[in-house]
Amino acid sequence: MVEEYIFPQSIEEALEILERYNGEARIIAGGTDLVLQLRRGEVKARVLVDITRIPELKGIKEEDGFIWVGATTTHQEVAESPLIQAKAGLLAKACRSVGSLQIRNVGTIGGNLVNAMPAADSAIALAALDAEVEVAGKEGIRWIPITQFHEDVGKCCVNPCLELVKGVRFRPLGENEGSSFQRLARRQALILPILNVGVVVGWEEGKFSRAAIAIGPVAPVPFRARKAEEYLKGSPVSPESIEEASRLAQEEAQPRSSLLRGSAEYRKDMVRVLVRRALMEAAKLA
Amino acid sequence: MGSPISLKVNGQLFQLEVDEEASLLEVLRDYLHLTGTKKGCGEGLCGSCTVIVNGKAVRSCTYKAIKANGASVETIEGLAKEGKLHPIQKAFIDYGAIQCGFCTPGMIMSAKALLDQNPSPSDEEIVKAIQPNLCRCTGYSSIIKAIKAAASEIRGDGYIPPAMPGRISALRVVGNNAPKPDAVLKATGKALYAADLYFEGMLYAKVLRSPYPHARILRLDTSRAESFPGVVAVLTAKDVPGDKNHGVVRKDWPVFAMDKVRYVGDAIAMVVAESEKIAAQALELIEVDYEPLPVVTSPQEALKPDAPKVHEGGNLLKHISIRRGNVEEAFAQADLVVERVYHTPTYEHAFLEPEAGVATIDQEGNITVYVGSQIPFLDRRQIAESLAIPEEKVRVIGTYIGGAFGGKEDISVQIHVALAALKTGRPVKLVFSREESFRVHPKRHATTIRLKTGATKDGRLLALEAEIYGDAGAYASLSEHVMTRTATHISGPYQIPNVKVDCYAVYTNNPPSGAFRGFGVPQAAFAIESQMDIMAEELGLSPFEIRRINALRPGTKTALGQLLEESVGLLETLDRVEEEVKRTEFIPVEGSKRRAWGIACAMKNVGLGGGAADKAGAEVEVTEEGSVIVRAGAADLGGGLSGVVAAIAAEEFGFNSWKAWETPPVRVILADTGSTLDGGPTTASRQSFITGNAVRIAARQVKELLARIAAEELDVSPDKVAFEGGFAKAEGKAIPLGELASIARKQGQEARAACIYEAPATVPITQEGPHHFAFGFATQAALVEVDTETGEVRVLKVIAAHDVGKAISPLGVVGQIEGGVVMGIGLALKEEFPLKDGVPLARGFRDYHIPRAKDIPEIVPIIVESPSSQGPFGAKGIGEIPSIPTPPAIVNAIYKACGVRFYELPVKSQILREKLCQKLT
Ligand SMILES: Cc1cc2nc3c(=O)[nH]c(=O)nc-3n(C[C@H](O)[C@H](O)[C@H](O)COP(=O)(O)OP(=O)(O)OC[C@H]3O[C@@H](n4cnc5c(N)ncnc54)[C@H](O)[C@@H]3O)c2cc1C
Ligand code: FES
Ligand code: FES
Repeated sequence: MVEEYIFPQSIEEALEILERYNGEARIIAGGTDLVLQLRRGEVKARVLVDITRIPELKGIKEEDGFIWVGATTTHQEVAESPLIQAKAGLLAKACRSVGSLQIRNVGTIGGNLVNAMPAADSAIALAALDAEVEVAGKEGIRWIPITQFHEDVGKCCVNPCLELVKGVRFRPLGENEGSSFQRLARRQALILPILNVGVVVGWEEGKFSRAAIAIGPVAPVPFRARKAEEYLKGSPVSPESIEEASRLAQEEAQPRSSLLRGSAEYRKDMVRVLVRRALMEAAKLA
Repeated sequence: MGSPISLKVNGQLFQLEVDEEASLLEVLRDYLHLTGTKKGCGEGLCGSCTVIVNGKAVRSCTYKAIKANGASVETIEGLAKEGKLHPIQKAFIDYGAIQCGFCTPGMIMSAKALLDQNPSPSDEEIVKAIQPNLCRCTGYSSIIKAIKAAASEIRGDGYIPPAMPGRISALRVVGNNAPKPDAVLKATGKALYAADLYFEGMLYAKVLRSPYPHARILRLDTSRAESFPGVVAVLTAKDVPGDKNHGVVRKDWPVFAMDKVRYVGDAIAMVVAESEKIAAQALELIEVDYEPLPVVTSPQEALKPDAPKVHEGGNLLKHISIRRGNVEEAFAQADLVVERVYHTPTYEHAFLEPEAGVATIDQEGNITVYVGSQIPFLDRRQIAESLAIPEEKVRVIGTYIGGAFGGKEDISVQIHVALAALKTGRPVKLVFSREESFRVHPKRHATTIRLKTGATKDGRLLALEAEIYGDAGAYASLSEHVMTRTATHISGPYQIPNVKVDCYAVYTNNPPSGAFRGFGVPQAAFAIESQMDIMAEELGLSPFEIRRINALRPGTKTALGQLLEESVGLLETLDRVEEEVKRTEFIPVEGSKRRAWGIACAMKNVGLGGGAADKAGAEVEVTEEGSVIVRAGAADLGGGLSGVVAAIAAEEFGFNSWKAWETPPVRVILADTGSTLDGGPTTASRQSFITGNAVRIAARQVKELLARIAAEELDVSPDKVAFEGGFAKAEGKAIPLGELASIARKQGQEARAACIYEAPATVPITQEGPHHFAFGFATQAALVEVDTETGEVRVLKVIAAHDVGKAISPLGVVGQIEGGVVMGIGLALKEEFPLKDGVPLARGFRDYHIPRAKDIPEIVPIIVESPSSQGPFGAKGIGEIPSIPTPPAIVNAIYKACGVRFYELPVKSQILREKLCQKLT
């Protein structure tokens, strides 16, 4: 049962509180996931540490060749940011497709990452962007590549009772680069999609020079279709190679069946359709 | 515990101490009693709790109260300033965007947050803004239009009034605009639903439910819960002094389980405590030992001799059999015989307001139960019988109902709260969580229908044979009546001379099945309307042709042998839909998408029929102030009965139509067993007809009396007196109604009359004669787009022509059509209540997806008026039929688009895609 609810004013103060309560205090941001988890008894916490009033955790900026997004930036803020729209289009689109306006107004990027659902929308986009997660702990700041951040369904390498995510950063897309985010939801439902795909590609002289394909939920963590990516690099930018890459992605993906959300076979088929659509759009072939 | 917070609500500063766990919604409702903000789910999925915090729309149910410290919060109560409605409120009322009204406050707040920022939103932006807000009644179209009209007014471009649908009526109110008298209360958050009531010293109840679909109870120990601080009483079966069972048709459903449980919603025990939280905690201290029993979950399995028995008497609840003509001979003569098997799933009503009730008790032991019920008078009887007290000591007051659709006919909270009040002597409130609501109340029957039809080569239907299995679930509820409707409507609105139907309603350990908008007919319509298209294709006829050849028309007999003399507008609905389809430009699509139209017809009885006495009472009074009061026992589920009743009374007294936000000349009081006459159930689309007639007749009796008095005063003969605009007029002279009422009183008479209207008699389906006194008819066409790569289906447009006899309130009829069509889309493409061994997998809106604003197509409603001579002003009824033809029209369209036919609802993208792949290989 929650006994105390604290609004620290700085990261240091937040970390101090976490330390003081020794595992019984937990970070809360928008609360869109956590409040329900607490109510259902899936997560226990005696003290909640609300980080949404810490100025250093909010905002979007471009510096030193990176775009940095603060952990408590809301989905809506990201979706509306002209910088993100221009230089990381897939992240804007991913954030725009989260839940509904009321959830986007409150839910945060940091919460989406730490909640660690393999189909979390912004996490999929960030996975395709090869983002790095900035974590603030007792020992100071460390940077974790997004591919090492998630460990299992609902589990990541940051423990919100000890430390916190400060932000994420990634390289903005360049001239000859494009991105796309595709999503298949059970007819306009509000919750996590049946399938989502984020891709980033770059090309030089008619050949793919960069390819990142992230897919959820086809594994316990946001999944990168490495074989398809490898195949694409150096392949000509054409519908044929995109078709082949989509087929490879379909082969690699291992979705699970769910009575409520569709069979594995269907999701696997859809991987191919969505990856193709995403690659076509990113390569501006569509 | 508890933290101090201060927040501004609607401009007023509040300082309070809140629990760390409390949500903003709890603070608004439980601390500040601002009950305009509703709780439809408590999980962030329905939007009914939407408020504005620092300019942004948020869901207050998942928003921690403590986060709102220092914030400025706007709720529905703060919108109307100095008695003047906000433009959004006004537009919602005017556009008929309010039915049950439960979603309305949240919807209006979402709209306000949008318009505050962007007074010129596109349609798409409006849809986006209300995407989080669920509405089960309206189908969203009227809401979107209302928001546009309000935006225009806010921008200063002037208000756009709604266009009146249908023909111009020669009457004053009926057929023109008949606004709902309760819309203003609903738009301002003042309409009280049962959960909105708070009484001094009120206790809260929570019910422990069975975790097993079938088990024996070996031991039940409530002692630890009883000694938990704050617990006032723990009640079980042994505390029920009277009837231990309830049931609307047969009493087989225990108030509390006794020796065994038959489904996962069975009540075991109830804790009554000082707070809801204490009650919930104490529930966990109740110890129960169960011995799980074998579970039976399909009707076919349940009929096997060695199947586990759900009830002592066996699992067959009812066998309905229909025989007419000779099917064997007819099939032998037929040029074409088609036989198919259809499946429909269990569906959930998903009304927005979870069940709730409050009971109070006075010093003499009189109990009053406040509840949003479809049948207040039957509730009263069942409460009295279980409490073993005379009916006169129980009063049931119907509160506003946040949607029902048939799901609030059975007892849910009524007996429990009454019993708790009786035992504790204090007011007691019981509100279901969304999960509990899903788990407990009866659902739509899942069915398996084997249908065989034979026709001549020119398309005339000769014979129909059907075998139907309906899953009645654990208790009878209305199963036998519902499955009777499936059996009688399996032949559709067509002439079929030879018919043989066997329909079985069977007990299982699934949640009970009962009434749900359409009452068994949607299942039948899915089967017969699919079959019609299959036969049309085989015979080389168009879907319109085959239906026209066989359509019922005046002078023909139904498949049960009832001669239809009048009011059969089916052919006109077919013609009007075909014209409209032809008028619509068909835009072919490229790539992986395919588009096509599909159609389906429907027929639905109005009234109980089958020989049941069908009556309702109403009372009309003219007060000395000159206003008219109507009291009727019927409940308004949000479908607009109060507006219909007001229109009928207003018409009789010659009042002019009024604006929705003005004080109406007629006041309507409904559903109070203490002050109204029994109106019977609000079901079977019957109330416009039955209560409508009762009101009309009572009004005429009052008019007669007042005309006599007026005639004396004005010195003319009574037949010269006419009622107009609040006056009795004759030969250029006039007396106000109020004055006539005063004169009547002085003469020792009351300007008041009561009428119990009894519908034309019907006979049981086993006899020749009228089985129903009226039927509604409809044709709908759906334009769908199938993405053959993903299997996704979108409905782009629906044309819906409905014969309603006479549209008393055209805007109300359109609202029923739009809401019904959108519900039908849900049933066709999204909804399903999956069960695994009797345990529901869907626990809330997270898993049960009803249509949202983005899902809706363009809807073209067409009102056809083929009047019924018995109905008030010719009206029949419209409540149920709009969602009936939609699913088969969609399924037929999918077939036309991509060649895949579905025999099972709902259509899932995944299966469509699989079938497309199979077709290719
Ligand atoms: C109706 C509804 C619809 C939704 N739809 C979608 C959807 O379409 N797509 C989607 O991806 N998600 C969806 N979600 C999930 C949710 O909104 C997102 O995951 C959101 O981004 C979580 O952010 P939050 O700030 O609310 O996190 P919180 O609920 O506050 O926290 C989530 C978890 O992260 C931890 N945490 C939060 N911030 C930090 C931090 N900075 N450092 C360390 N730990 C932290 C918390 O301790 C908690 O364990 C939906 C949720 C709801 C209720
Ligand atoms: S009650 Fe808050 S979203 Fe349903
Ligand atoms: S009016 Fe919207 S839910 Fe009833």
